[in-house]
Formats: sequence, structure tokens, C-alpha cells
Amino acid sequence: MAPLAPRSGDAVFANVERVNAELFTLTYGAIVRQLLTDLEEVEEVNKQLDQMGYNIGIRLIDEFLAKSNVSRCVDFKETADVIAKVGLKMFLGVTASVTNWDVDGTSCSLVLEDNPLVDFVELPDTCQGLYYCNILSGVIRGALEMVSMKTEVTWVRDMLRGDDAYELRLKLLKQVPEEYPYKDDE
Amino acid sequence: MIGAGKAKQYANVVEKPLSKGKQEVSLSAFALLFSELVQYNQTQVDNIAELERRLEDAGYAVGARVLELLCHRDKGNRRETRLLGILSFVHSTVWKVLFGKVADSLEKGTEHEDEYMISEKELLVNRFISVPKDMGTFNCGAFAAGIVRGVLDGAGFPAVVTAHFVPVEGQLRPRTTILIKFAEEVLRREAKLG
Repeated sequence: MAPLAPRSGDAVFANVERVNAELFTLTYGAIVRQLLTDLEEVEEVNKQLDQMGYNIGIRLIDEFLAKSNVSRCVDFKETADVIAKVGLKMFLGVTASVTNWDVDGTSCSLVLEDNPLVDFVELPDTCQGLYYCNILSGVIRGALEMVSMKTEVTWVRDMLRGDDAYELRLKLLKQVPEEYPYKDDE
Repeated sequence: MIGAGKAKQYANVVEKPLSKGKQEVSLSAFALLFSELVQYNQTQVDNIAELERRLEDAGYAVGARVLELLCHRDKGNRRETRLLGILSFVHSTVWKVLFGKVADSLEKGTEHEDEYMISEKELLVNRFISVPKDMGTFNCGAFAAGIVRGVLDGAGFPAVVTAHFVPVEGQLRPRTTILIKFAEEVLRREAKLG
């Protein structure tokens, strides 16, 4: 029997090298401000943040698989659980709770218990349409795509926009079958 | 509802109590984010100097905020007013908070009175960076230089700050030296203060 996937990323997080979250938070803030200045349109900034997240996600999944000791998830429910308890913990030091499953078990919500991206942040009136944390949804989408799952990840609640929590909606669009044999020499 | 986040809502950001700054994220999370910053800025420029300037600007924004944060949290709303005081504040306090350690060295330039150098054997932002040959002297340390400039400028010590690779004998990778050249008025004021 395959070893049980760890239910928490605490041990992994304790063992990886870490940096002060404030450096991370302020650097992210600098990126968002640069994008707002360059792109002007809030919609474009949302897109660019999502793209950056996607780029990160497709790289980050390798480290996740290498260090987390998580084996293949049997279903999307387990996948969501692993993201919430192991993935987020391992990289950002936070966890989320998984709620609001639909009947087919293909979409659910991740409610973040803490969010290191938003310290010191307040959205000015000119940026009301901004999904400040859009990079995070991109990361999850990118990472899942690398393990054969096409997903749609959107923000449904955002405290910077006046909601009472940070809630991401995760929707499994389709499982892409792995192609085999891999064509290594192309 | 079940599993609602623990995070509390505040009417505005200043009402929120200041964190103690002990929270951490993984180094990879930062490195990946920083890499995106560099890659994005590469698409916005035509040459290396411009790329360094943009990274420096991003760093400046961080530095200005770090100064405010640290003065408020660690120094009881006071800041250094003397040249050596502010330099050691950058070298020790700021470095320790941002990079987890005091910078390797702080030296005075030998040729010019107005130059100081902070050196780091392996600067955090350069850790996972290898500069392609065709990008010449490009140094991602420009981001750290920007942080330093942001702190100094905010504290009333305008300076030109640049990052350079300096080869070290017997070591594969060069160290990064952050060169600080203070504006004339800073030195004049310092001389007056005696």
C-alpha cells in the first residue's frame, strides 16, 4: 500500500529554507504597483498577475512533488485537501480550509486562514476592480495543469474588497490523460 | 459558516495591529516571485541599464516602506540622523530583518570620502540567478541597491546606490558589493554636525 499522504505541511515547512514574510509581502507589493503603472488598466493587471502565477505554478510543482512526499491523489477532493494543508503550508506557511463542495465533487472553495500577500495593503478607489492576490490563483492553476488537471481558479471573496474572508473557487474542468510513451527526443 | 477564515476585518489598514515580523514564507516562494519580477521587467526594457533601473525602482519602494516599518516597530518612532548611524542601521537592522542576517561587511571607500560599501558573499536575491553571458555586467542586486537607496532617501540621506559583482579569489561565485555614494549635501551636513 502506498504511504498515506501527509495531512499537514508543517514538517516540510520546518525543513525548507525560509525568508521573512515581510520581504515577500513588500516585494509582491512592488510588483503590483509596477504593473499598475505600466499597464494602467486594472483588468490587464489582473491578467498579468495570473500569468505570473501560472509561470510560478508550473515550476513550483516540481519542488512540491520532490519535497512533500505526497503520492498520487485518488480524486479531486484529495487534491484540494493536499493544496490546502500541504501545498500552501509548504510555500507560504499558511493553510486553508476546503468547503462548499458541489455534488459532483469537481468544484470547491479554499478559504485562506491567513494571507501573507496582503499585509500593509489597502486598495485605493482607483483600483477597486483589482484582484490583488490574483497571482495565487495562477499558481494553483499552473501547478495543477502540470499534474494533468485543467482547472479554473477564481476569487469569490476578497477582504481587500470588503468581504469577510479570502476564498478561492477551484473548479476541475477536465483531467488530461497522460500521454505515453513520452517522446523524449522531439 | 464552516471553516470561515480566522483573519479579522478592520475598517482600514492602519487600525490593524502591526505584526511582530516573525512570520516566514519559504525561500522558494520568494525566489520564484523575484524571478517573475525580473522576467517581467525584461519584457519592458531594451537594455541592461534600464532593466537595472527598473529593479532598483522596485527595490526603492520596498526600502521606503521598510524604513517606516522598522522605525515604528523597533525604534520607537525614532530614526538615525547621523551618517554612520544610518549606515549601520542598514547593514545590521535592515539586513537582519529582510535577509535573516547582518550583511557580511560595511566599509568606507578608500578613494572617495563620500563612498561606502556593503558586501555580501551570497546576496539572497542573487542566490538562484546566473547571468547569461550576453547580459554583461547585469546584477540582480540592483533590487537590493534599490532597497538601500529607499531606506537612505527616506531617512534624509540621498545617495546613488549601485550593485556590483566582485570576484573573490578561491571562490566560484563573485560576491556582491553595494556601493553607496552620498549626495554632497549629506556630507556637508555631517561635517557641520561635527
